[in-house]
Amino acid sequence: MDDMDVKLLKLTQDGIPLTPRPFADTAKSLGISEEEVITRLKKMMSMGIIHRFGASIAHRAIGIIANAMCVWDVPSERVDEVGRIIASFDEVTHCYERLRSNKWKYNVFTMVHGHDKGECRVLAERIAKATGMYDYEILFSERELKKAGVRIE
Amino acid sequence: MRLDSIDKNLLNVLQDELPLVSRPFEELGKGLGISEEDVISRVKRLLEEGVIRRIGPIIDIKKLGGVSTLVAMSVPSERVDETAAMINEYPEVTHNYLRSHRYNVWFTISASSKERLEEILGEIKKLGYELIDLPATKMFKIRVKFDMK
Repeated sequence: MDDMDVKLLKLTQDGIPLTPRPFADTAKSLGISEEEVITRLKKMMSMGIIHRFGASIAHRAIGIIANAMCVWDVPSERVDEVGRIIASFDEVTHCYERLRSNKWKYNVFTMVHGHDKGECRVLAERIAKATGMYDYEILFSERELKKAGVRIE
Repeated sequence: MRLDSIDKNLLNVLQDELPLVSRPFEELGKGLGISEEDVISRVKRLLEEGVIRRIGPIIDIKKLGGVSTLVAMSVPSERVDETAAMINEYPEVTHNYLRSHRYNVWFTISASSKERLEEILGEIKKLGYELIDLPATKMFKIRVKFDMK
């Protein structure tokens, strides 16, 4: 990772130009070759700095309107096993273990998506059956207040 | 908006990856049986219609030494809009949702360093609402893709 990599990320993070040769146009603004842009992007992908290079979709625009956060109280010794089972569900996009606190007993967080709230509820119940974890809550999103990509400043 | 079957195929492919080649849209077109020009005009339309937010790198901030967390906050309903506006001003706040729960405002912060994260959290705490900081300790899955049929 050098300064040129950072410049390249900053220049492309809000979207590449929609032209036949977007990387050549990007290269021009950076004063390097098209080939170098492509090589650097591939390198950052293999390093995992770029998680994915592609389109970000507004799910609401395609009818995926119900998004629910399901939180589970999972005994620490079963977290790995339960996390893996939950992650295997296609409708689950995110699954994390998070720090418990005295204000919040749930430690496993999952994002589930569906066309409506009912679909999300059915899915949560299927997950409960598959894992044996019935102590959970579903927090539906009432409103999207912000959604942006991770940016570097 | 109306999506035809080619739009849907295009979205399915583009969610995975834009080929990192000299003429990526031509390459995509080959797989879909349409011209480069058609791919570009469809992508432009989908952007204008708000279906695609952008095409670019999805950055993993942790690999760059960054840190992130999830915050839950309890905000009186009549204060949600002004509070969200203040929180959302931070470019480090990437997602923010109003949820039906006593803790109703849920947002994620991705900062370039632990210090910066603490600084933002400190400023947000000054708003005076009860909040919980919920950093991840383990990631099992992240896959934001939806098949369009």
